[in-house]
Amino acid sequence: MKSSLENLSRRRVLRGMLAGGAVTVGLPIFDGLLNENGNAFAASGAPLPTRFASWFWPCGFSEQDWAPKTAGRDYELPRQLEALKPFKERLNLFSGSHVFLDGVANQTHFTGVQGLMTGKVTSSGDYFNSVDGVIADNIGSRSRFKSLVVVCDGDPKASWSAFASGKVPGEVSPMALYTRIFGPGYSDPNAATFVPDPETMVTKSVLSGISEQRADLSKSLGAADKQKLDYYFTALRSLEQQLEIQLQKPSPLEACSKPEEAKDDGHPLFLIEEGMVRHKLFCSLMTHALACDQTRVVNLAITQGMTGLRRDGDPTSHHSYTHEEPVDPVLGYQVKVAWFQRQYFENLRDYAAMLDSVKEGDKSLLDRSILFAFTDHSAPRLHSILNYPFITIGNANGAIKTGMHFSTPGDTAARVTLTMQQAMGVHVSSWGAGSNQCNSPVSGVLT
Amino acid sequence: MKVIYRGSLVLAIAGAVSLAGIGLQTLANAASPAPASADTPTTLRLTPSQYRQSISDVFDSSIKINGRFEPEQRDQGLLAVGARTENFTDSGFESYYHIARGIAAQVVDTRHRATLIGCTPKSAASRDDQCAASFFKRVVPALYRQALNEAEIARSVETAGKAADQLHDFYSGVRLALTEMLVSPKFLLRYRNMEAAADRPGQERINAYDKASQLSYFLWNSTPDAELMRAARDGELNTQKGLEQQVDRLMQSPRVADGVRGLFADMFSFSDFESVSKDPAFFPRYTLLIKEQAQEQTLRTVVDHVVNKHGDYRDIFTTPNTFLTMDLAALYGVPVVDRTENGQPQRWVTYKYEDGNVRSGILSQASFTTLWSPSARTSATSRGKALREHILCQRVPPPPGNVEFKFVDDTGNPEFKTTRARLEAHRSEAMCAGCHKLTDPMGLSLENFNSGGEYRSTENGVVIDASGELNGKPYQGPQGLAKAVHDDPAATSCVAQRAFAFATGYVPPKDDRWRQIEQTFSQSHYDVMALLRAIALSDLAYSRLGV
Repeated sequence: MKSSLENLSRRRVLRGMLAGGAVTVGLPIFDGLLNENGNAFAASGAPLPTRFASWFWPCGFSEQDWAPKTAGRDYELPRQLEALKPFKERLNLFSGSHVFLDGVANQTHFTGVQGLMTGKVTSSGDYFNSVDGVIADNIGSRSRFKSLVVVCDGDPKASWSAFASGKVPGEVSPMALYTRIFGPGYSDPNAATFVPDPETMVTKSVLSGISEQRADLSKSLGAADKQKLDYYFTALRSLEQQLEIQLQKPSPLEACSKPEEAKDDGHPLFLIEEGMVRHKLFCSLMTHALACDQTRVVNLAITQGMTGLRRDGDPTSHHSYTHEEPVDPVLGYQVKVAWFQRQYFENLRDYAAMLDSVKEGDKSLLDRSILFAFTDHSAPRLHSILNYPFITIGNANGAIKTGMHFSTPGDTAARVTLTMQQAMGVHVSSWGAGSNQCNSPVSGVLT
Repeated sequence: MKVIYRGSLVLAIAGAVSLAGIGLQTLANAASPAPASADTPTTLRLTPSQYRQSISDVFDSSIKINGRFEPEQRDQGLLAVGARTENFTDSGFESYYHIARGIAAQVVDTRHRATLIGCTPKSAASRDDQCAASFFKRVVPALYRQALNEAEIARSVETAGKAADQLHDFYSGVRLALTEMLVSPKFLLRYRNMEAAADRPGQERINAYDKASQLSYFLWNSTPDAELMRAARDGELNTQKGLEQQVDRLMQSPRVADGVRGLFADMFSFSDFESVSKDPAFFPRYTLLIKEQAQEQTLRTVVDHVVNKHGDYRDIFTTPNTFLTMDLAALYGVPVVDRTENGQPQRWVTYKYEDGNVRSGILSQASFTTLWSPSARTSATSRGKALREHILCQRVPPPPGNVEFKFVDDTGNPEFKTTRARLEAHRSEAMCAGCHKLTDPMGLSLENFNSGGEYRSTENGVVIDASGELNGKPYQGPQGLAKAVHDDPAATSCVAQRAFAFATGYVPPKDDRWRQIEQTFSQSHYDVMALLRAIALSDLAYSRLGV
């Protein structure tokens, strides 16, 4: 996203600063911000970025009655997705796919997500390279943060985001997330002036001293420790890259604005009502972060699959209800469980609306994104790993068709996450292992 | 990385797999070390508590650690093992960076610089290599836990000097160089480098400085002090006599309590309190303060018993002796009166329960009963699972999928008013019984303690039946459970394994050297201090492990 002009400016700035004291460089605001079509930066011609926002809700849809009877465009939105009606033409529903165990014991609330998010199931509890992590590895280096990962209920371990080094604990505090993104180190892309921080430049130089010792540090280590050290240097490089980006004048972004400072400290929550308040805070912060191009990949988990979230005044959690509540003989589903699920999806709708309210040239931020919703069990009452529901909202800058129900009975759920990668421009043709492996996307999704 | 699971409220076993035959022997095997691997990581990341204590020891206890460490990962039951097997992540490293910046800024601030830098630069606006060198000569070996390395000192002095020149500030230069040190692998990772043993041709031994680090973090939960570093430098740690002298010195120090606290906080999984909360609508006495005090009560009870009294480890499950604050006493319904200082309600006072009180022993303390319960109600299964896994080192298989929960569906059924009734209905199915018989009888005997740690005699108007069973022997109530755990050989075996893993990052191999340590522990009448000493003096703890 940086233009040669910006690089030149930066070099001049740094030279001026090193020559003695910082200088202030004035740059025009919004001058040629976007091209005439409103789909690319005018200065560089680079297309406006596509973003990926994954979103985890616990305990699926309770029963197996949710899949629409017809596939394609004219399907009837199921009861469970009623809240998303305003976005019906801009979302896709995927049904019918499974996670295959291949002889591995099903560790409930884990193995299913392991299979659909990483394409593999293992008995060891390993969790590496989730789909959002792979996408972040491919597109995240162009923004200040490769990805942002949050959890709403206060338990950082409830995150489902992972890189090659392992699972990424979620940020639980909106206040801390605000500081991380919009505190020291943040540069307003629309500010009239840009002054690179001299200390940031020197810090970056100082940190490079560690990399210079890499050979020395690893000389006495075995292969496993060398790999561990490799992950250390990957993380160090990521920090250096963050500092490098902070030293550059950011491209003006019309849609970018700084959100209100969040005060929530991320303490553990047990009431869904409180959890949804925090959900809204996190969604707002992440929407601003995406609009300001601080990151292009975000991952939100409301809570862990075996969630302890419950209603005010009721001692039984959503998860406990999935197992203990009788199916209503008239309605045919668990009424209390459905209530929880409705809360989540009303908040997903609000998240989508938030993204849609941000206008970037000829499209909204939602149009330039995939909001990817996934869960741990389709029918948690049975700990089922069959017939997983997935929902996507947004068309990834036109990379995917929308308004469709894709029914793939008996297929591997990993095909959906392979489709997400290809929609996000990741050059991957094969994904997953064993029976979960696939070599092509879900038919008809990509444009 | 491995994902570790908290207990499930409702366990279930697939009908296709009968677990009726799963006994404790099988479970004990499941807890054994993984198959030997040709190459597993040996380096250990400092745990947050080790990091905090190290900074306090190298600099000053007034230096605050601002920021949240990346959550630790538990492996083989301990964070100390996860510290070896887990990798750095981008966001975790970013946290280290921000914490390091905060520490370095405090070290050079006007409050601390005179004492912690130890010299005054000729000019605060430029580099002063002499002053910087005197600081780094003290700090570099202490942080890196290695011999004084002149090249390393020179590198830090040059880094600080260049930064000072660029920022026109001596203290900024030192601050940034210190920041770099605090995010260096040399500080964040503890090494277990092996070298040729000069006195034993063809054999290897651990590097003496790495040995000093292992000893110090094991027994003090902190970085080696100057005397231990000297012993490493002079080769004394390579001799049995020198090792004994240092181990005895460390164990006679009051600081050994920090090591014991570190071990048991890890073993009892207290880090999980980070995500525990209780609904004040149900448990108004359970506050954030109680959450802290519950952990502190158990650690004080353990330290008093094993460090101060050299008591039999098994007695921590039955001891009537403990420590209370006014808040804890109110939670437990205990009439404590603090006569020592008026107006200090949170002062810790010793307390002894009368014989046979249900509150005797650590299992009835809030640190156990509240940690393993959801926010508003109990989970006998979770408590039983935690007992198996954290106290007895046995693994409970996870529930597989596609299980029918019809036996616990109907909570409105008058026959299923209590947790016991619902779980027994669920357990009546053979497919469910395999696992639940391992967890529920133990957990159900703690049903007298609600999710907030308070005592109760009824649930939904029905008198709680707190009977239970362990290893086929029935017992009655929390006291019966405490006695059953006390008498279970798995309890002493478990703490011995955990202590070794806490020291080394590895589950002990079941060889003769390990059996010798277990025998020493047994012969000492399960004195944990004797166990720690045996581990600290054993060749096994300093050998190449995991192969």
